[in-house]
Amino acid sequence: MQKTARKLRIALLAASLMAASALAADLKIGLAADVSSLDPHYLNIAPNISLSSHLFDTLVLGDANGKLIAGLATSWRAVDDTTWEFKLRRGVKFHDGSEMTADDVLFSLDRPATLTASPGPFTSYTRQIVAKKALDPYTVQLKTAAPYGPLPLDMSSIFIVSKKAAQNASTEDFNSGRALVGTGPFKFVSFARGDRVELARNDQYWGTKPAWDKVTFRIISASAPRLAALLAGDVDLIETVPTADLAKLKTNPKFTLEQKISWRTIFWHLDQQQHASPFVTDRAGKPLEKNPLADVRVRQAISKAIDRRAMAARTMEGLAVPASNIVAPGIFGYNAALPVENYDPEGARKLLAEAGYPQGFALTLHGPNNRYINDERVVQTVAQFLTRIGIQAKVQTLPLSVYFSKARAGEFSMALLGWGTLAGDFGLRTLVGTRNPDTGWGTWNWGHYTNPKVDELVRLALSSVDESKREAFAKDAAALALGEAAVIPLHHQYASWAMRRGLVYPGRVDEFTFAHQVRPL
Amino acid sequence: MLIFLIRRLLQSVLVLLVMSLLVFAGVYAIGNPVDILISPDANQAERARIIAAFGLDQPLWRQYLLFLQNAAAGNLGRSFAFSTPALALILERFPATMELAVSAMLLSVGLGIPLGLLAGLKPGSLAGKAIMTISVLGFSLPTFWVGLMLIMVFAVKLGWLPSSGRGETVDVFGVPLSFLTRDGLQHLLLPALNLALFNIALVIRLTRAGAQEALQQDYVRFARAKGLSNGRIIGVHVLKNILIPIVTVLALQFGSLIAFAIVTETVFAWPGMGKLIIDSIRVLDRPVIVAYLMLIVTLFIVINLVVDVLYSLLDPRVRLGDAR
Repeated sequence: MQKTARKLRIALLAASLMAASALAADLKIGLAADVSSLDPHYLNIAPNISLSSHLFDTLVLGDANGKLIAGLATSWRAVDDTTWEFKLRRGVKFHDGSEMTADDVLFSLDRPATLTASPGPFTSYTRQIVAKKALDPYTVQLKTAAPYGPLPLDMSSIFIVSKKAAQNASTEDFNSGRALVGTGPFKFVSFARGDRVELARNDQYWGTKPAWDKVTFRIISASAPRLAALLAGDVDLIETVPTADLAKLKTNPKFTLEQKISWRTIFWHLDQQQHASPFVTDRAGKPLEKNPLADVRVRQAISKAIDRRAMAARTMEGLAVPASNIVAPGIFGYNAALPVENYDPEGARKLLAEAGYPQGFALTLHGPNNRYINDERVVQTVAQFLTRIGIQAKVQTLPLSVYFSKARAGEFSMALLGWGTLAGDFGLRTLVGTRNPDTGWGTWNWGHYTNPKVDELVRLALSSVDESKREAFAKDAAALALGEAAVIPLHHQYASWAMRRGLVYPGRVDEFTFAHQVRPL
Repeated sequence: MLIFLIRRLLQSVLVLLVMSLLVFAGVYAIGNPVDILISPDANQAERARIIAAFGLDQPLWRQYLLFLQNAAAGNLGRSFAFSTPALALILERFPATMELAVSAMLLSVGLGIPLGLLAGLKPGSLAGKAIMTISVLGFSLPTFWVGLMLIMVFAVKLGWLPSSGRGETVDVFGVPLSFLTRDGLQHLLLPALNLALFNIALVIRLTRAGAQEALQQDYVRFARAKGLSNGRIIGVHVLKNILIPIVTVLALQFGSLIAFAIVTETVFAWPGMGKLIIDSIRVLDRPVIVAYLMLIVTLFIVINLVVDVLYSLLDPRVRLGDAR
């Protein structure tokens, strides 16, 4: 009896060892963009955030669909209109074994403002907080100057670092790994700038443990070599698969393709200032005294002239879904009642005639040529659609580094932009809110759209600490702004990942590639 | 000689100054790096504060003077994206690029001279014709495409070599080198070959032309008449005389190898300076772009100077003092 028990125990032990060794695995991921710094508060750009998410956690996390879920905070509520309370998760250990408490949270929320040498600081997400205090080691209260609903969303962008490790640390100390102490699913191993980052599993992780003992991120920014690395077996998974190769990859039994509608909406900004716009002329090329794009009928005509379904299928090769909102379906504030504009060239011509342009006019469309999927072709396709309703459209595309600066300086009449956000009111505030340095609104409102009613609705949404009220206001604001064609949405892109067969990655709406969410089949 | 060196040094400083002015104005004209790097959710106040913090609100001439002042003290600015001194960032990548360029150089000489000799000595043979055809391809095929083909054949189809990246490195006096390990060598081979391709073709052509010319010369006929072995004639008399132009061209090409390794580094995800400059241009990381270009200009100046001096040492007829 005893003997069999021992035999059984040995067998069980062997089985568990085998299971462990079967799980003992390495994962290699090919990243599309360079990680510039490991300091999680230094630069607010996607590649850095993506990597930091492996080493650090935030109070609030976004799930694969962009819904806010518990992170280092298990719950949060608005105590009153200007006070938010976050209950912290108990027993969370940093990589050095110390426990995460309210002290670390307060320190992490203070830190972004101290990094003055950052061109893209995280202060956008901490500036609303005017006072903060810890009620006890597991309760944090944050005060805002005015009622502010999106605070939990802001908290999903600030990584919690260990106060002990980061107190006197510079960005260099983070890059060297010395101060790189987080609570995330992986621990830091090594960082060779421009080449690779290596991480090891954090066995103390509070959430679902990653399936990988070791993860290597290889930085392969050119897309064809990135795919080649996957085909050659040098990496197990790549992000941002080159679109031209998607079809071939789909039929290859050795690899799996994963696609997900991204939060990024591609849309047009139209210059709506009353005086003449730089790239609008009459058909003979003479500048127009009045800007036709300031007329809502002209903007609606342009919207009607675009066959979004055909574009998603052909120009985008099926890598997009037609858009009617500025946020993707499923994102907070998405207004499902807004229909995708139907292709109606006749109606468009009629609207143009009504607005006083029966002969149309001439217009130059601007867009980037290295930023969004098929961006140059998108601009060309729309130009052709516009030509069909009598608007003589020219095309000019520029590399991103030139494009953004010029667009911001107001040098374009009709310009393409892609935007991703996890809340509709957030996006509306930035993209169609009246430009005003005092309120900080309309920073990306290239078209100078302004409507006090939209502003008021967005303001009501942002200041609602009640989620359902906030969402209702955001939807109304979206309906009003898009009804006036404040911007003209085209489509939401698909984000894509390719991996060797035997791996599963659910894909994320925010386009991030998280090693801890990659699982063996 | 000394006067020549001093004069060249002064000229070099002038070239550097003009270059820095051009680069600075050029990068300034492209746009504002803050527009690319700034957080999407930042407001106007934050944007204005950042622009002021980086001194980008100042007029161009003042930014330039400040840059010169710092550069004189050896500070070429701090990278926006990496928050690291630009020069340190570039020098950190320098060994990787250098290693690639030196390997490419060795491949060019090691493959180019024997093949060129063969083609020069036996121009009518099948091998000679084949070598010349291949050298035409080496000149005319785009580096990017050849790189991808090398990856497709040797990494994807055959699986012999890794597709990209730098392998295991060994620190020698603090400099990470990859050609000392097997893994590192495997990673090095394809990009080095890709980078060398143009130069291999160049060396083949130079060697072939030189060999054919030398074979017609009297000293070769004389050597034959003396009854020297074929090997000695080619190995000593022919090769020695054709090496001079090859060495000159290769010395100048070495600078180009370093400066134009960009394409190869991009295709093979090789973490050198070229990949850094591409990534920096993408985000308009102005200090890195300026520092990189200044470094490359300096490199070319130094190489040219060394070539001139070597010339005068090798060939007494060249007198540097007369260079005007």
